Amino acid sequence: MAYTLMINGERHDVDVDGDMPLLWVVRDHLKFTGTKFGCGLAQCGACTMQVDGVATRTCVLTVASAVGKNITTIEGLASPAGNALQQAWVELQVPQCGYCQSGQIMSAAALLESNANPSDAEIDAAMSGNICRCGTYSRIKAGIKLAAKDMKNVGGAA
Amino acid sequence: MNMQRFAKTSSNNISRRGFLKVAAGTSAGLVLGMNLGSSTAQAQSAGAASLEFNAFVSISPDNQVKVLIKHLEMGQGIYTGLATCVAEEMDADWAQIVCEHAPADVEKYANLFMGMQGTGGSTGMANSYMQMREAGAAARAMLVSAAASQWGVPAADIQVANGLVSHGQHSASFGELAMAAAMLPAPDTASLSLKSPADFKFIGTMAATRKDDGKADGTAIYTQDIQLPGMLSAVVAHPPRFGAKVLSFDASKALAVKGVQHVFAIESGVAVVAADYWTATKGRELLEVQWDETRSETRGSAEILEGYHGLVETPGVVAESEGNAAASIAASSNVVEGVYEFPYLSHAQMEPINCVALVNGTKAEMWYGCQMPTGDQAAIAAVLGGQTNEVKINTVFAGGGFGRRANPNSDYIVEATRIAKELPGTPVKLVWSREDDMHGGYYRPAYVHKLTAALDSEGMPSALQIRVAGQSIMEGTFMASSIIDGIDASSIEGLTEMSYHVPERQVELHTTQTGIPVQWWRSVGNTHTAFSKEVFIDALARKAGQDPVAYRLALLKNNPRETAVLQLAAEKAQWGTKVLPEGWGRGVAVHSSFGSTVAEIVDVSVDGDSFKVERVVAVVDCGVAVNPDIVKAQIEGGIAYGLSAALEDEITLTDGRVDQSNFHNYRVLRMNAMPEVEVHILASTNAPSGVGEPGTPPIAPAVANALTAVTGKTFSRLPLKLA
Repeated sequence: MAYTLMINGERHDVDVDGDMPLLWVVRDHLKFTGTKFGCGLAQCGACTMQVDGVATRTCVLTVASAVGKNITTIEGLASPAGNALQQAWVELQVPQCGYCQSGQIMSAAALLESNANPSDAEIDAAMSGNICRCGTYSRIKAGIKLAAKDMKNVGGAA
Repeated sequence: MNMQRFAKTSSNNISRRGFLKVAAGTSAGLVLGMNLGSSTAQAQSAGAASLEFNAFVSISPDNQVKVLIKHLEMGQGIYTGLATCVAEEMDADWAQIVCEHAPADVEKYANLFMGMQGTGGSTGMANSYMQMREAGAAARAMLVSAAASQWGVPAADIQVANGLVSHGQHSASFGELAMAAAMLPAPDTASLSLKSPADFKFIGTMAATRKDDGKADGTAIYTQDIQLPGMLSAVVAHPPRFGAKVLSFDASKALAVKGVQHVFAIESGVAVVAADYWTATKGRELLEVQWDETRSETRGSAEILEGYHGLVETPGVVAESEGNAAASIAASSNVVEGVYEFPYLSHAQMEPINCVALVNGTKAEMWYGCQMPTGDQAAIAAVLGGQTNEVKINTVFAGGGFGRRANPNSDYIVEATRIAKELPGTPVKLVWSREDDMHGGYYRPAYVHKLTAALDSEGMPSALQIRVAGQSIMEGTFMASSIIDGIDASSIEGLTEMSYHVPERQVELHTTQTGIPVQWWRSVGNTHTAFSKEVFIDALARKAGQDPVAYRLALLKNNPRETAVLQLAAEKAQWGTKVLPEGWGRGVAVHSSFGSTVAEIVDVSVDGDSFKVERVVAVVDCGVAVNPDIVKAQIEGGIAYGLSAALEDEITLTDGRVDQSNFHNYRVLRMNAMPEVEVHILASTNAPSGVGEPGTPPIAPAVANALTAVTGKTFSRLPLKLA
């Protein structure tokens, strides 16, 4: 069946079964591979995209239910929070294997976009759905705090 | 793996360069005209011809230095580490260096500790340190020699700094000299003069950006991301129990799913091949398979472990013996005993098992995070009835490994090859779901240990008997030759050659047989031996009424290295002086593995039946820390990985079926349970040793010891539970 999706501000027409998860439409059909497959059960967060600004596990979100939504993948992440996070990730050398990091950054961006100055507990609450088996959690948390600080400094200067 | 299990070779191939080779900027994936050799944006933009200086270093006229990395980058930072060694001796500009995985070629790229090409046993830096420095120094000497000829000046007077070669008013970039320099004969390794550590600008001092980039913007390429023209996706229905085989199957419903193209039996199950992964899994759901389970493992893990508890009450094969420990224990009136149980564990690396294969007759081209090129090549060639040189492997980043990707049977790589063999000329991406991975075996084996000690009048152990029961990782693999006199050293490493001074010791092993496939898991035998050793030592210290750190230091009198590491950890954590909040406690553990020593001091807070690991202070002695920030990252990660097993990880089986299936019931560490971690590196001038694995072993015993300090409760199994 044909579906029209809005991904990273662009229209994409796909012809797939309606129960196919958005993750697999984006990866296997549209060939945006930055978003990862980790569990298929919304348990690990590797597949996180933003759907209307909300961090969403797309391995369990059907393509049919994604129609009409604004979908952002790691490839299209361009918000000030997203940019600040990506810079912080490089500065603090957050990734190890890196496989979970697209999902981590998408979750972190959604957090900072709704809460510019999250506490440790708020970071834990927002990020504990994203597993990292390399154990980069401390650096992820430090990266979120650095990005929040950088955004505040930019905002203060403007 | 343990490096000692592999024969060392003296081969060093950097001076074997026979002729000038002009290669395309990226060489991988040429068969299909794809550029998949490197995920880095820099490498992909390198269009200019690259001039080969030696097996590891190429320089392009546009001034890019490409370092070929013979080890798999799976997060441990080996791209950065090996590039650091090259950059150091070349005096390169860090920004001009790009990395790419080396091809499968055991002649050029063997792990010098293994004698075959492969990554494991935390040997990446240890075996490459001198080799990569020599590769950099050789390239530098050729650049200098070319400049000396061009400028008519003595080579000895030429300066090299930040990628610029200069003399007086002359100066040239590496790229400008590359063509002339690459045509010169490679210098003999013996003629190279390497830098004195005092002159290091990169090694041990830099906070360089990692070279495995593209991991913050989704551009890094993993196996799962490989896209090839006409590629199909495959999943496999595996048997419900280990050892079962396909008896028959009905594919009619599966084939009726739109997009499902092929269904066929292979040795390991029934393959379903479709246009994409999701469609393949839908087809698999409708597949009806009858399994022959007559030879399958039908025991549960509880039953298996119960048997192990019985075994450790009986004598095993003696692996190490000093004095007559059993007699001394029998004669002693002051005996301490501890029994410890360890479950099966899944690696649960974030990128599920996968592999892309393209087969044509006896030829194969593969794309995946290849950890053991030599073994995998042989396994693939055996499936196809061809030669290893007909197997081309394009190695991409691996989304974590922790041991799983170094399978001695090349299990999933063989599976991908068998599927692709049925579809000649069509590239096939085999993907295991998380459930397939959880159910698919190759776990850290389950073990039971029993430790018994006699204490002397001072409370110090005078005799120690250790019995271990569990499966051998090596048995049945090509590494079975490492089992000597019935002893697989990896089952007991860490308990033999113990650093604590105990006059009489005996270590015995019961190697068990089950149908459950097992494999090394980050830090191998040390995953369990460090726990029983360090928890037991704490029990002895309590019995003796002594402080755990002081007690250990007394027993480490013949081991200056562990002494220094433990002392520094105690100092950094303010052991014995720091006042902890009510309900908090601390524990310590120290352990040596893979040539390195790590001590960890843990603070826990206890609230009823729940607890949290609040803080870890770690000290590591890994010889020269080539990239201190990566050493810290590896210790942080090793702690997190071990903590996950200390708190939650456990694979159980009921009637031979694995009970866990995904992260909801195989629970792993998440951010909310991650402690604050502080890593200190002991200054050292010794050769680099491992860092990927040694951070893992001490964390579980340190947590258990901290919990005992707060609650008085002792622990005899992992994961640790207060209720």
